[in-house]
Amino acid sequence: MSGSLSNWVARHGHALVSTTGHLGRHGFATVLTVAVMGLALALPLALNVLVRNVRDATGDFSEAVGLSVFFKPEVAEEKARQLAKSAGERTGVASATLITASEALAEFRAQSGFGAALDALPANPLPNVLTIRPAPDATSPSQLEALRSYLLAWPEVDSVQLDRDWVLRFSAILELLRRVVLITAVLLGAGVIAVVGNTIRLEILNRSAEIEVTKLVGGTNAFVRRPFLYAGVLYGILAGSIAWSLVALARASLAPAALRLASAYGSQFTLEGPSLTELGILLLAGMALGWLGAWIAAARQLARIEPRTA
Amino acid sequence: MISFERVSKRYPNGREALTDLSFAIHDGEMVFLTGRSGAGKSSVLKLIALLERPTRGQVLVNGDNTAKLPLRRVPLFRRGLGVVFQDHRLLMDRPVFDNVALPLIVADTSFREIDKRVRAALDQVGLLGKERVAPLELSVGEQQRVGIARAIVSKPPLLVADEPTGNLDATLAAEVMGLFRRFNEVGVTVVVATHDLHLVRESGLREIVLDDGRIDSGQPPPMPPMQALR
Repeated sequence: MSGSLSNWVARHGHALVSTTGHLGRHGFATVLTVAVMGLALALPLALNVLVRNVRDATGDFSEAVGLSVFFKPEVAEEKARQLAKSAGERTGVASATLITASEALAEFRAQSGFGAALDALPANPLPNVLTIRPAPDATSPSQLEALRSYLLAWPEVDSVQLDRDWVLRFSAILELLRRVVLITAVLLGAGVIAVVGNTIRLEILNRSAEIEVTKLVGGTNAFVRRPFLYAGVLYGILAGSIAWSLVALARASLAPAALRLASAYGSQFTLEGPSLTELGILLLAGMALGWLGAWIAAARQLARIEPRTA
Repeated sequence: MISFERVSKRYPNGREALTDLSFAIHDGEMVFLTGRSGAGKSSVLKLIALLERPTRGQVLVNGDNTAKLPLRRVPLFRRGLGVVFQDHRLLMDRPVFDNVALPLIVADTSFREIDKRVRAALDQVGLLGKERVAPLELSVGEQQRVGIARAIVSKPPLLVADEPTGNLDATLAAEVMGLFRRFNEVGVTVVVATHDLHLVRESGLREIVLDDGRIDSGQPPPMPPMQALR
């Protein structure tokens, strides 16, 4: 038992060492193959990292949901304050913040640069506005709709705007992007199988004399296939590492620009790189795809040199 | 050891290489297959080594019916015989040792055993000490002997050779034939396809003459009774 186990280890060790040596001796071809595979794997990874960063940058969507209540122009500031207080006490409301007409005007004057034009106006054209954040457990569409019609029924209220549409649209776009990542990954994964398969096929053709002799002296298909499967798996590992490094490199070169952009918006956001989990997934995927490509190519070529009856 | 019973072999191109061929070779026998080029010598050897299967009839080798042997058992079957080719089929990018060791490596032999047996095989063909040499640095006769060492390294009970002296001059040919005689003397069944009739006649061994895929009736070979094989 220990004898057959050590034979097994020796057998696989032999295949692994000879395969590694073979890939090393054919360095240029190996580099080309691995580069193509690496780029193919890098694209879905980059898209995935992008989606993750966009989601992080835009924060938690449940917090972004809110209602803006516009009071009629004639409603006095004092009355608006009372209404804000009573709205804030309603269940399902986390906070109700009043932005008075004069605060809004001051802010607009400071930020827009239309100060002089505003001075020419006879009166403040802006209404008092109440911004309402719903409680985290009250953000479903029907609850928000109920809150909206409740507020709209107040005689002092001119209109109520639900700040939800852009959130829905945005999360729909993100969902779409995630699908794109998935489809890209599937397509490029198939591409990786094709690249490995073709490389291994050429390799098998190059070594057809060796394979034929090996089979003539009683080598099994498993024995003949083994070094090619190892080659496929090694290609996959190298390609996965390259893909991850490429995306990590891209992040490093984009990070300063992203930081400037974020600070211009007063955000704490920093660009995240590919994670270690993604590295693990990438390596596993690369190995599986490389193995599969090699197996398909080897199976096809080996079937050609079996004894025939006809 | 080997028995052909009414064997026909037709290739995909429609050419019938063997027609209704029957003969038997005993355990421990050494037999020559002769005949013109294209008479079917190579086809007989391919059927024995299970590189091809018969179209009709039965080929029994080492007790296996080659027509019915499932694919997964073909490798094991091939380990039971050694094959020597006219063009020796060595791997030119590997040293002599690796070439001779191949049949042992595919059979999961331990490294220590491989080392021992490869040296023994090289010793038998007179090439001990050439383990690390590349086949291209050897003479044609030496290359052929490396091929023979590879065929006998796993000590198979049956040795099959296709024109093993085809590329050799008379002295080297006699030398190689002497090697086969010696293996035969220690009990190995040997089948040699050749058109070197001089060597055949000189040996005084049995000859199976093929003509257009049939046994040449001009020289009826002594057919052993079938029961004796089983």
